[in-house]
Amino acid sequence: MASTAPLPLRAGVLSLLIFVIFALAWHMATRGGPAGPAMDPEYAKLMGATATQGKSAMPGPLEVGAKLIEHLRHPFYDRGPNDKGLGIQLAFSMLRVAAGYGLAVLVAIPLGFLIGMSPLMNKALDPFIQIMKPVSPLAWMPLALYTIKDSGLSAIFVIFICSLWPMLVNTAFGVSGVRKEWLNVARTLEVGPWRRAFTVILPAAAPTIFTGMRISIGIAWLVIVAAEMLVGGTGIGYFVWNEWNNLSITNVIIAILLIGVVGMLLDQLLARAARAVTFPE
Amino acid sequence: MSMKTTTGPYTMKSGCSCGAHESQMAHERACTVISNSAADDEKLYGRTVEQAVLRAIAPNPLQRRALLQGVGASTLASAIASFFPLAAATEAFAQAGKPEKTDLKVGFIPISCATPIIMAEPMGFYKKQGLNVDVVKTAGWAVIRDKTINKEYDAAHMLAAMPIAISLGLGSTPIPFAVPAIENVNGQAITLAMKHKDKRDPKDWKGFRLAIPFDYSMHNYLLRYYLAENGIDPDTDVQLRSVPPPEMVANLRADNIDGFLAPDNIAQRAVYDGVGFIHMLSKEIWDGHPCCSFSASRAFIAETPNSYAALLRAILEATAYASKAENRKEIAEAIAPANYLNAPVTVLEQVLTGTYADGLGGVKKDPARITFDPFPYESFAVWMMTQMKRWGQIKGDIDYAGVAKQIFLATDAAKAMKDAGLAPPASTSKSFVVMGKTFDPTKPDDYINSFAMKRG
Repeated sequence: MASTAPLPLRAGVLSLLIFVIFALAWHMATRGGPAGPAMDPEYAKLMGATATQGKSAMPGPLEVGAKLIEHLRHPFYDRGPNDKGLGIQLAFSMLRVAAGYGLAVLVAIPLGFLIGMSPLMNKALDPFIQIMKPVSPLAWMPLALYTIKDSGLSAIFVIFICSLWPMLVNTAFGVSGVRKEWLNVARTLEVGPWRRAFTVILPAAAPTIFTGMRISIGIAWLVIVAAEMLVGGTGIGYFVWNEWNNLSITNVIIAILLIGVVGMLLDQLLARAARAVTFPE
Repeated sequence: MSMKTTTGPYTMKSGCSCGAHESQMAHERACTVISNSAADDEKLYGRTVEQAVLRAIAPNPLQRRALLQGVGASTLASAIASFFPLAAATEAFAQAGKPEKTDLKVGFIPISCATPIIMAEPMGFYKKQGLNVDVVKTAGWAVIRDKTINKEYDAAHMLAAMPIAISLGLGSTPIPFAVPAIENVNGQAITLAMKHKDKRDPKDWKGFRLAIPFDYSMHNYLLRYYLAENGIDPDTDVQLRSVPPPEMVANLRADNIDGFLAPDNIAQRAVYDGVGFIHMLSKEIWDGHPCCSFSASRAFIAETPNSYAALLRAILEATAYASKAENRKEIAEAIAPANYLNAPVTVLEQVLTGTYADGLGGVKKDPARITFDPFPYESFAVWMMTQMKRWGQIKGDIDYAGVAKQIFLATDAAKAMKDAGLAPPASTSKSFVVMGKTFDPTKPDDYINSFAMKRG
């Protein structure tokens, strides 16, 4: 009986079923209509398949699957500065994210600590944070290009600025929310300020800090694609833009799929790290 | 031409990056005022150029005013001129010196206008000059402008009007740029969405949303000209939108726009995919108009004159090769891969050979649909400035001839063409006809005044 099977198995079967139904519907929808009116063969030779055979502009799942296999077979080819394999493009994007995100961690966590521990700093910096936080990171791009004068660094800066705020706010929140009893115990035992920060506050605030870091990595990965579409050159965002130019929806779909997979992996990585530092109370 | 031992770019003095000046400051000042020959200097300091130079020296307007009042405009101008008695650029052509820098980056936008810049890489024109050039695809005109200004690119493919706009400080801070060569002549088309196939008279286009690649482009000026001649006000009767060329077809398919005046291969791509038809080629508006340019900053030309000269020779030779009809099919195949244009070969062949599907069921033949002529006639720049003024992009008076000479390096190009064994035209300026009306480059203001529809 299905109801006696374990839950993960049942969920897996259902997932597969949903995928099959989706792929079938997709296949049916993109089979294409009847061929257009008969054309002069000389004219037809100059036209694309969409115009001559009534082929749908949207590729079907089989087409996408075949192309995906082709890409996965050669993920690291390099045919010049504007045409590199998907593996290389993803690596470029991840490097940019790592650099921008790493810098943001270095700034946000100490600053968040400061804000969390000092009500004065909290109040003083609050207006700046509140104004900067909702700004779309891409709005920074023209400013970054103009002042930093380097498109690669500008992309990293945009990642930095977008991953900064969730980490900063969460760190401050986690630090200021440490239970008073624990701080009082530390005071009674005459623990020094550094020791108190590292042995009492940091472990207590760690789960909240990691939640902020997890939100940030998600945003950073969302933003890198848009940033690379804007500045071009390398990266998965550039790949999407380059294939959009060529109106190759097949490749765009493949890129979407890969962006999703990598984003999920990054998120899982931080979720695992967050679980490692969570403690039972 | 003999090498000047004191000011030539090869006598290294410490102090500045090209070695020709006492200090980096003197060098930078000089870079803003390089002119084609010493004898021309006097003529060149027309009001606008003078202001651009002054702006570079004294960015603060109060300082500038004080400086002008202190020494007087003409004294100041000649003082500035003395920093750079002879153009480093001109001199560089005389001796084919070893390039100072052989690894260069040249930016391009994936459209067929960039053909000479792109094909020079796979077809070995850069290598022949001892250069190792990366041609880098770029997402849009504003980005290519910023990357070239930021020196991420040594030179770039730009719309012919962009270096004028950059040098005059329209839409960016003024930075002296130059057009050593034109890329292509003709090679644009007005494409409309299939649903408008019965609206062939522009008088029916009121309310249309039309895309152009950039505000400072021949495309913008030609479309405005065409609309205005047909009684449509380009600012109030239609909506003109700036859309990067590669994104135009996707927008046309999505019904975001009704049509566009775009560079090829974009116009033909819309036909190929069955989303649009070619209303007219831009050569029907002005046969022989410039479209895109090969551009570099004055700083690049002054700092690495030999690299610049080698690069220009490669571009000129590639352009000459591309101008021959029998080479076009081979070129289409060379520039089609994903590393370059990333477009179907069939589309590029139609553009480059001029035998194309019009989108309405007919096959048309026009071998001059796109041609390649590198010569940067100064009168091209003057015409563009008349249109900039006509539509309110330039306000106030402007010294058309002076600015044109500073930016469109016709004298340099003629010399470089001669060195490359090509025949340059006799004059650096020429008259031409736009929609039946003759343009006299010596009377730009009369030309503007002759239009009923204009701004300001």
